[in-house]
Amino acid sequence: MAILRYALYRFATMLLTLVVVSALVFVIINLPPGDYLSNQINELRASGQSAGIAKAEFLRTEYALDRPVYQQYLIWVGFIPGPNGFSGLLQGDFGWSFEFDSPVAEIVGDTLWLTVLVNLAAVLFVYVVALPLGVLAAAKSKTWVDYTSAFVGYIGLATPNFLLALILFYYGNKYFDLPIGGLMDPVFEGEPLGWEKVKSILIHLIVPTFVIGTSGAAGMMQRLRANLLDELGKPYVETAIAKGMGPTRMLTKYPLRMAFNPFVADIGNLLPSMVSGSVLVSVVLGLQTIGPTLLTALKTQDLFLSGFVLMFVALLTLVGTMISDVLLVLLDPRIQYEGRET
Amino acid sequence: MTQLPDGRFVDDEPYDPDASLQTLERSDMDAPNMVLVWRKFKQHRLGLFSGIALLIAYLMIPFAGFIAPYTANERQPDYLFSPPQSVEWTHEGEFIGPFVYPITSEADLETFQWKFTADETRPMKLKFFCEASSYKVAGLFKTNKHLFCAPEGATVFLWGSDRLGRDVFSRVSYGAQLSLTVGLIGITVSFILGIGFGSIAGYFGGKIDWVINRVIEILRSLPELPLWMALSAAVPSNWGPVAVFFIISIILGILDWPGLARAVRAKFLSLREEEYVKAAEMMGANSSRVIRKHLLPNFMSHLIASASLSIPAMILGETALSFLGLGLRAPAVSWGVMLNDAQNLASIEIYPWTAIPMLPIIFIVLAFNFLGDGLRDSLDPYSS
Repeated sequence: MAILRYALYRFATMLLTLVVVSALVFVIINLPPGDYLSNQINELRASGQSAGIAKAEFLRTEYALDRPVYQQYLIWVGFIPGPNGFSGLLQGDFGWSFEFDSPVAEIVGDTLWLTVLVNLAAVLFVYVVALPLGVLAAAKSKTWVDYTSAFVGYIGLATPNFLLALILFYYGNKYFDLPIGGLMDPVFEGEPLGWEKVKSILIHLIVPTFVIGTSGAAGMMQRLRANLLDELGKPYVETAIAKGMGPTRMLTKYPLRMAFNPFVADIGNLLPSMVSGSVLVSVVLGLQTIGPTLLTALKTQDLFLSGFVLMFVALLTLVGTMISDVLLVLLDPRIQYEGRET
Repeated sequence: MTQLPDGRFVDDEPYDPDASLQTLERSDMDAPNMVLVWRKFKQHRLGLFSGIALLIAYLMIPFAGFIAPYTANERQPDYLFSPPQSVEWTHEGEFIGPFVYPITSEADLETFQWKFTADETRPMKLKFFCEASSYKVAGLFKTNKHLFCAPEGATVFLWGSDRLGRDVFSRVSYGAQLSLTVGLIGITVSFILGIGFGSIAGYFGGKIDWVINRVIEILRSLPELPLWMALSAAVPSNWGPVAVFFIISIILGILDWPGLARAVRAKFLSLREEEYVKAAEMMGANSSRVIRKHLLPNFMSHLIASASLSIPAMILGETALSFLGLGLRAPAVSWGVMLNDAQNLASIEIYPWTAIPMLPIIFIVLAFNFLGDGLRDSLDPYSS
């Protein structure tokens, strides 16, 4: 039951964090001088189109943008009801995108689950790559296996993500006939989910996953290697060898389990940087995730759209971190249930 | 070292059986901490080389204009997307010193690309310490001396030229000015905030500690890049390049401090209970003095090591932002701004040299990583 209590506690802190984050996000998106609608109104007034002005003014009152900022915030989140039926994020009303002239929910729509998919694939990639390589590098430390993996890891850490993406795309297409750009074949867009579509998405996922995951995998691998090396020097390992255990069984049975904790705990540190990476890589590769939407929304000061995307990205990382924290407690009973004190 | 007839090796040094095993080392161990750290750091070859390379790179910053044959925004309209020219030494088996073959461009109307042909009959010698377009050394005094420049009637594009006919090599060396300093300014901001908040939280504890800790946790749990993007999108577009540069560095620093503050806080929590802190407090030192004079010097070196590990993140951050068009903007030259040109597959395929600025980025980031690793390993000279 204690674990359930801890899970609830973590959930509550996550909700509180989200509230703070929403305030932060709202301040940030309101930082640029001017806003989309007043810019538009000025522009329309300059060119003398009065029909557009009426619409812009209507949107202004509709979404309460003519009120003081703190009220705008409360209405946007949904703590207090808006004037004309705009009920805010909590009620599932994400607002109106002025740039695309349609509801935010409609624009982000599909991209939301594609974003989750890309990040999930990248996290899986990190585990699948970092686990065997880290163990191998530690078990065969100071051999060519170790040095090669360290070298590849360092290169992965140091290369800017977006360039790696471009280069891999180019060579992947040239030599392995991997598709370029997007997350699925254009013919499947808007189609219902079918086997062919899933296959197309999977093939398109290869390069982005690799690019987003590489630097995370490199860091994770190094940490796993260091932890495992620490454990390998301990007396219980010697005992296991002395009693005649095979090296593979010995490795997986004792030291690996000890070295595994940071592996799960790390996802909390890893996830923010992976989500960052996925935003950038999506822009470069033209993936239909939330990244390119965020960029255009930020550039055009599309208040509700960028606000929603930022909130979604934050939510994604916070939920991921929460899951990893709860998993960690399940995995290692020695960890205290109450907050993490350093 | 002498070899005995039976093949063993014996040290020639006189052997004193009374001397303790540690004597030699003990005089070492009395040396000041800095000397010990340096002695240990010297053994970390990769870290040492990285440190020297970085030092050279930073020392060259004021002289970027001298090293570059052209200035950053100087255009050669006849040479758009010229491929890299190689500097040759011998012409038809005869040594004549460094020279280039002049190139001429021609539009290929089928592929709509420029085609460059080198005239291999006319070697043209490079000029050294020559005079060309003028620039300012370290932004102070004007000169037109260059380390080397193109011969009359020819060009020298060591790393090719970009879509406006600007020399990539010159732009890389000018770009270093912004790309390398962005990390330094960012880390300064992050240091001030991190040490400030971290020491307040760790030293005073209680409610203020709780609040700062929550702020740290929240900031650490958010993805950096979208926040960077949002903040830099807020920079007014009518600001000058210098103002944008400073504000971008500050933005990079603002989101980096939580990690540092956490480390500082953890150290303070453990050091606060030490006797010498109690003693200082009893003698009437106020808290700011205790923090500055008694606590901070204890782990300043650790902070410097961790700083050198977070500079690369800022350099990559600047690159990413400029690449997306949210960071520095032309006419400012940074590596990220240059990579903005290499944004699509076509340029990677047809003009691969436009992506050359990624090489110095990788080099600098790796060097900072190795330097940080080396420093971290050598900061505790007493551990084996």
